[in-house]
Amino acid sequence: METRDVTIEVLRYRPEQDSEPFFQSYTVPCEEHWVVLDALNYIKDELDRTLSYRWSCHMFVCGSCGMVINGEPMLSCKKFVRDFGDKIRVEPLSNFPIERDLVIVQDDFMEKLSSVKPYLIPKEERSIESGEYLQTPAQLKTYKQYTMCINCLCCYAACPQYGLDDKFIGPAALALAHRYNADSRDVGRSAREDVVASHEGIWECSFVGACSLVCPKDVEPAGAIQQTKFTSAIDYITGMVSGGGKK
Amino acid sequence: MEIIETDIAIVGAGGAGLRAAIEVAEADPNVKVLLISKVYPMRSHTCAAEGGAAGVVKDNDTLEYHFNDTVGGGDWLTDQDAVEYFVNEIPKELTRMEHWGCPWSREDSGKVAVRPFGGMKIMRTWFAADKTGFHMLHTLFQTSLKYPTIERLDEYYVTDLMVEDGRVHGVVVMEIRTGKMTLVRAKAVIICSGGAGKIFPFTTNGAIKTGDGMAMAYRAGVPLKDMEFVQYHPTGLPATGILLTEGCRGEGGILVNKDGYRFLQDYGLGPPDPWPRLKAMELGPRDRLSQAFWHEQKKGRTIPSPWGDVMHLDMRHLGEKKINERLPLIRELSRLYAGADPVHELVPVRPVVHYMMGGIHTNIDGATPLAGLYAAGECACVSINGANRLGSNSLGELLVFGARAARNAVDYVKSTEYLNKVKTIQAQAEDAQSRVKALFQSQGTESVPGLRKELNATMEEGCGIYRTEAEIKATCDKVTEIRARYKDVKLEDTSTVFNTDLLQTLELGCMIEVAQTVAVSAFERKESRGAHQRLDYEKRDDVNYLKHSMAHFDPDGDPRIDYLDVVITKSQPAERIYGAGAEGQVV
Repeated sequence: METRDVTIEVLRYRPEQDSEPFFQSYTVPCEEHWVVLDALNYIKDELDRTLSYRWSCHMFVCGSCGMVINGEPMLSCKKFVRDFGDKIRVEPLSNFPIERDLVIVQDDFMEKLSSVKPYLIPKEERSIESGEYLQTPAQLKTYKQYTMCINCLCCYAACPQYGLDDKFIGPAALALAHRYNADSRDVGRSAREDVVASHEGIWECSFVGACSLVCPKDVEPAGAIQQTKFTSAIDYITGMVSGGGKK
Repeated sequence: MEIIETDIAIVGAGGAGLRAAIEVAEADPNVKVLLISKVYPMRSHTCAAEGGAAGVVKDNDTLEYHFNDTVGGGDWLTDQDAVEYFVNEIPKELTRMEHWGCPWSREDSGKVAVRPFGGMKIMRTWFAADKTGFHMLHTLFQTSLKYPTIERLDEYYVTDLMVEDGRVHGVVVMEIRTGKMTLVRAKAVIICSGGAGKIFPFTTNGAIKTGDGMAMAYRAGVPLKDMEFVQYHPTGLPATGILLTEGCRGEGGILVNKDGYRFLQDYGLGPPDPWPRLKAMELGPRDRLSQAFWHEQKKGRTIPSPWGDVMHLDMRHLGEKKINERLPLIRELSRLYAGADPVHELVPVRPVVHYMMGGIHTNIDGATPLAGLYAAGECACVSINGANRLGSNSLGELLVFGARAARNAVDYVKSTEYLNKVKTIQAQAEDAQSRVKALFQSQGTESVPGLRKELNATMEEGCGIYRTEAEIKATCDKVTEIRARYKDVKLEDTSTVFNTDLLQTLELGCMIEVAQTVAVSAFERKESRGAHQRLDYEKRDDVNYLKHSMAHFDPDGDPRIDYLDVVITKSQPAERIYGAGAEGQVV
């Protein structure tokens, strides 16, 4: 199989021995059909066993392999080497602490995800015997896009607001909150409001839209945040009018 | 060594592990449950399942039909009591998933929609477009966050089971971030660690599917059952092995050879029309389709590609609207990784290793012969899949038996005390730690990627779609050799922080053990049944082999194989009928 030599510059950082991150270059004979992840796997198998990164499915659904490639957050399994020149720079996702090499610490996201109550909160428990909730294709469509999030965190790496203030709940978690809020089977919007509509929630988003641009699954977190802002504002105004304003 | 105490430790946080954890939490909030996984739950390979989950829900369907399809599809190597329980429970489990928010695709009426699937007589496969496993996994994971009693250890690798007095007492875990090892004392352990497709070179399976849990149970003395039955999915993309769901054919896609001919009609699956028709042609079972490809290849009627011969999957007649609605991921994957847009072009595909029918031996309760140890999902073999799993039965299996294993584990821990021999368990844990530490000091010469490539190559050579005694024997010998050389493996990264060289080394050790059970079980089974096809023993032999193979661990030698009777309740072994005589529903 024909190959093309590509220089892969990888940000290395091993906390036990490196005082700060540095770039290491590898020359990789890349095949035409390779994605960037294949080049990393080549390095790992043939050149340097000490390089660490996360990956699993190689079909952009597990969300493990988000990294910054030539300055942009993306999934390394979805980006082809052939779309780049002779040099590709690979770094860990920005806005997160580096655990090692291309591996970031993602505890913060896991907590934020949990905080928005990303599960169905029904009006009342439904017995199995009564079968499924009816939900028309049109009702499904109102939230389906927001179910597509694979938690790859590319959007957090792209988000200027999260870069400035890591208290910001951030695009993916807010999009998932909206996913459940918009589900016809769910009545949990007020239960999520404390977090979602708090200072660290939707109102902190400056609507740059970078999250939607980098999302490899077309989730459009920015759109979800805008929609949530709209409904929260309506709630607020309705609350004022009816005299039951929320905090 | 630090000690954590819990009641039930679950190893693996994919579909089965998450379902089990939720069941424990719902059954009794006083029972402590610890969900341990080498990856964050949403990275688990359940996410890659595409097509759907079968469960009887429509008026034209019956539990008996689903039972018969599954038992026949498995070439009568299924345990029929387990299959009966499975088909009864699965509609409830899928409905429960709906109540938890799973975004199932719908009919206009608002009811869940179903699609045709291979080997199923009636349309009964629930689906969420072509990302069913992904949606199920995220629904389960997100739902699990609702239960405060579910604790997790994300990115912890489990190295060993603690066994004393014939019972399980916990596991030893290594925090991947720090390399620190901890003893988890537990009264029961449920292994839900998935399959081992990575023992083969060309597989739909993700990097994490290295058979760790299977190997761990096996080393602890639990037999691995029916390991020779490895499923080749007929439609993987060349080069990458990425799965194109059976749903492509369920929606009406066809398979053609180099002449544009629907060759499946030559292999007992025709006639080609009317189409789509269930249990016929492209909606035959996976083993038959992959075997038909092999024959076409021998006849020179496949299409050469740089990554091996292919056939063509033709979906053009489905139209852009249907493909976008029902198969959006398939379109994206085909365009990106094969440069073929299914709306306008033929997509090259070839059979690819997809699923292990075999696994950790459990009974219908999900219990292994080792007290306190349970298993569910692909890592387990409760024997609903027999010699060939039908597509869309595995997502159901992980729910039904994940839940059942959990309920039984809860009952077990309520009547069990911690073993009071803490020192003995601690000593075992220290031994486990020493084995890992020894890798750091090893002056070995064998490389992990090198051994892995040799293992992959020999597994494909000897344990492929069709097998012969000589080839399997060569593979058995090669794996024995690799197993010996592994003792001399060289760890090149000596860091304790997120050391993926170490992880791959430990995983390779598991892969070798699992591969050996596949090869030796295949060698011993001198018949052809389902996914195990022998060119030297072409017929099914119910007299001698209507039995489960049980591979028992031997630390120094090859696995010892003995056999266990199949449970037959109401369906006597018969000929598997597809195509004309199968009377499958016309869609």
